[in-house]
Amino acid sequence: LRKNVEDFTGPRERSDLGFVTFDITADILNGKNGLQTFRNKNTFIIFDWNVKQLFLYLSAEYSTKNNALNQVVLWDKIMLRGDNPRLSLKDMKSKYFFFDDGNGLKGNRNITLTLSWNVVPNAGILPLVTGSGHVSVPFPDTYETTKSY
Amino acid sequence: RVCGWPRSGGIRGGAAMDLFGDLRRMNKRQLYYQVLNFAMIVSSALMIWKGLIVVTGSESPIVVVLSGSMEPAFHRGDLLFLTNFHDDPIRAGEIVVFKVEGRDIPIVHRVIKVHEKGNGNIKFLTKGDNNEVDDRGLYKEGQNWLEKKDVVGRARGFLPYVGMVTIIMNDYPKFKYALLAVMGAYVLLKRES
Repeated sequence: LRKNVEDFTGPRERSDLGFVTFDITADILNGKNGLQTFRNKNTFIIFDWNVKQLFLYLSAEYSTKNNALNQVVLWDKIMLRGDNPRLSLKDMKSKYFFFDDGNGLKGNRNITLTLSWNVVPNAGILPLVTGSGHVSVPFPDTYETTKSY
Repeated sequence: RVCGWPRSGGIRGGAAMDLFGDLRRMNKRQLYYQVLNFAMIVSSALMIWKGLIVVTGSESPIVVVLSGSMEPAFHRGDLLFLTNFHDDPIRAGEIVVFKVEGRDIPIVHRVIKVHEKGNGNIKFLTKGDNNEVDDRGLYKEGQNWLEKKDVVGRARGFLPYVGMVTIIMNDYPKFKYALLAVMGAYVLLKRES
């Protein structure tokens, strides 16, 4: 995971903009990250007859001086029933701009990235599930001024 | 059942007139009974709706999806069940129904950014799954974030297609009146033996 932080005139006053590239490995079918192994035979199958799709999203969660809690969705994907439930994505760039509300990304050592998903049934309850396993990302203390990304 | 009603209609004379007077009186009482029955059904329905509002904490606990901006999860005509508990924090990934200040129509989209202060003040940004860009274009002029007060509720459950009836009734008012007339006639004319 590599990161740059740049002061960027976004939709409003200058705020920190972070760039993150990431790899995702997940075994959604069995509700576990690919990093974990099966513990027992009773793993639940997440794509049952009542699941129409999963809305997956990678969110970054962190605290800043300005705000006690920040969550920014960096990337999302819709996985329909029938799609390959095993994800192995490498070197992905974030889909959405990672703007902070203020300048809290500079020098922030503890940004946690987690993969979660929204189960959309054919009919019924809409649960939000967080995958197990998360990664912590530190941002550097200085801003980058290069334009390449 | 009304039986043995005094035959004051007999003053007009004739057995046939007796019977006729009888019938008209019985029907009038029956009619009042049916109207009361109808009123009771309507009141019960209203009470159930109000009860839902209280239990869920949302001013509109059941909403119909009007646009395709959340496809393929939700399509136009799907029904959503909402809750709006005060202590439920707003978190990224949740599907919220919100109203933009000054507009009547609620919008169903997903939360993609959350910034919460220590004192509980939350501001968040939404985006429809099927839209390319976030909802800033939909908010009020100059408004960049949504707040808790804009939220009608969080989507907790859903039923496909069922809400189509409401959309049809909205787009074709004649259908709505016809449906109401049929329902009204049914309740008023149904005999309980």
